[in-house]
Amino acid sequence: MLSVLGLDVAYGGIAAVRDLSFDVGRGEIVGLIGPNGAGKSTTLNAIMGLITPRGGDIRLAGTSVVGRKPEDVARSGIALVPEGRRIFADLTVEENLRLGYAARRDGESTEADSEAVFELFPIVKEFRSRHAGALSGGQQQQLAIARALVARPDVLLLDEPSLGLSPTVVDVVFDALARVRERGITVLLVEQRAQRTVALADRSYVIANGELRLTLTPGDANDTAKMVAAYLS
Amino acid sequence: MTLGLLSISWQVIVDSIGLGAVYALMAVGIGLVFGVLRLVNFAYGQLVMAGAYALAFASQWDLPLVVGIAFCFAIVIVLSLLMDIVVFRPLRAQSPAVMLVATFAVAFLLQSIALLAFGPLGKSASSLGYLNRPVTIGDVDIRKITIVAIVVAGICLLVLVLLLERTTMGLHMRAAAMDFRTARLLGVRADRVIGSAVLISALLAATVSVILTVQNPLVTPDFALRDTIVVLAGVVVGGMNRLLTATMGGFAIGFVSGLLGGALPSDQSQYLPSFLFGLVILVLLVRPNGLFARGPGPVERV
Repeated sequence: MLSVLGLDVAYGGIAAVRDLSFDVGRGEIVGLIGPNGAGKSTTLNAIMGLITPRGGDIRLAGTSVVGRKPEDVARSGIALVPEGRRIFADLTVEENLRLGYAARRDGESTEADSEAVFELFPIVKEFRSRHAGALSGGQQQQLAIARALVARPDVLLLDEPSLGLSPTVVDVVFDALARVRERGITVLLVEQRAQRTVALADRSYVIANGELRLTLTPGDANDTAKMVAAYLS
Repeated sequence: MTLGLLSISWQVIVDSIGLGAVYALMAVGIGLVFGVLRLVNFAYGQLVMAGAYALAFASQWDLPLVVGIAFCFAIVIVLSLLMDIVVFRPLRAQSPAVMLVATFAVAFLLQSIALLAFGPLGKSASSLGYLNRPVTIGDVDIRKITIVAIVVAGICLLVLVLLLERTTMGLHMRAAAMDFRTARLLGVRADRVIGSAVLISALLAATVSVILTVQNPLVTPDFALRDTIVVLAGVVVGGMNRLLTATMGGFAIGFVSGLLGGALPSDQSQYLPSFLFGLVILVLLVRPNGLFARGPGPVERV
């Protein structure tokens, strides 16, 4: 579904991602883990067209999306839940959701789509007329995921959705991702919580210094030695 | 009839509201573009000036009133879109300082072109001159144009609020003004949002041209220049980060400017700018984020 092929990204001559290649198959959850500064967010930003790669290609269902504007990438069917949630605090929860429809190729919002998302995140329905800024961090994260899902993307990208959330709220977010998987939505999850990500994802790639180091499967999640080695390699 | 010590007549108050209404329209035009481009368009006054010249030529050529006004709108819209495509968009990624200086350059370039093309003496735009006649309400004489200005500004602002609050494009514009990058990531089209803001801003500038040429039919290259500076001060005083506070700032500075002008004896009217801008500095010292801003907010470094 989503293929990253030999991706090279540099900031002012300094390489942030080097020759990175991986695939996310239809309906899969793929994790991208690694320490701060490994190039995880850079990879997502390159996919979304926020940064122009120096080399390599990014393909959605076989078609290259490199060189497209961020709004056109979103309209081609890739939705990003950005780092720090980036909900619009001064808009209502409902208006935030309506913004998610901006990426819809049909441009239509239907009750059915909203209802499907409300089923996943009842809190969003309950607080739909409130200002989004009045929501707690965990609720805002659910809104951010809901807002990405109403666009009915082919691929959902998440940039550290558990960042800054309390452990119980992290549970809520990971539960939500498991339910997103049940809907058959393809997910690329960037996370720092390595163990939970490896346990959830079909496959997890460990990256460090902008390079792919290791591929882990759910069975590795409880293999402490392997997890530690992945980070120290 | 007078109010207290300042001997401000009702006529001055109504005129001040009229001036505030015109300045509020200019503030919205400047504020809308600032919202999506983070660009303080100093050249906004030259759009008004171009519209005023269009009206002057229309009255020189004896064009019918409606055709003349349509000509004014066409000129302002074309010039505005040109400014956007040639200067603003290519500079969008640059720092606010670069963009501000670019708009200064555009402003003075247009003013110089007007000076070279049309001369320093000015042209007369007199098609709507009859609107300067007063109507008497109670014992107060009010010029018709003042009433027209207040009503037109009210309608424009109402339509704009409906557009921003009730339409999808309005929602996209509001979101883009808050966080353009995230809005784009959600699929909001940057070109359309910016184009809409520039277009609405141009419509408002053309409206202001029509009203101002009635009040001041002599169109010179520096037409509306002083008004733009005052409105920019008002926008900053009101609070630049939100369209509502920017608009209120525009209205307030127009209203206060009108009142001060009315309160000062006519042989001391040259002190008006000193009083006005002294007041601006005072307000900024006390409330740097804006007179009408809620609490401490992020300060735009413009």
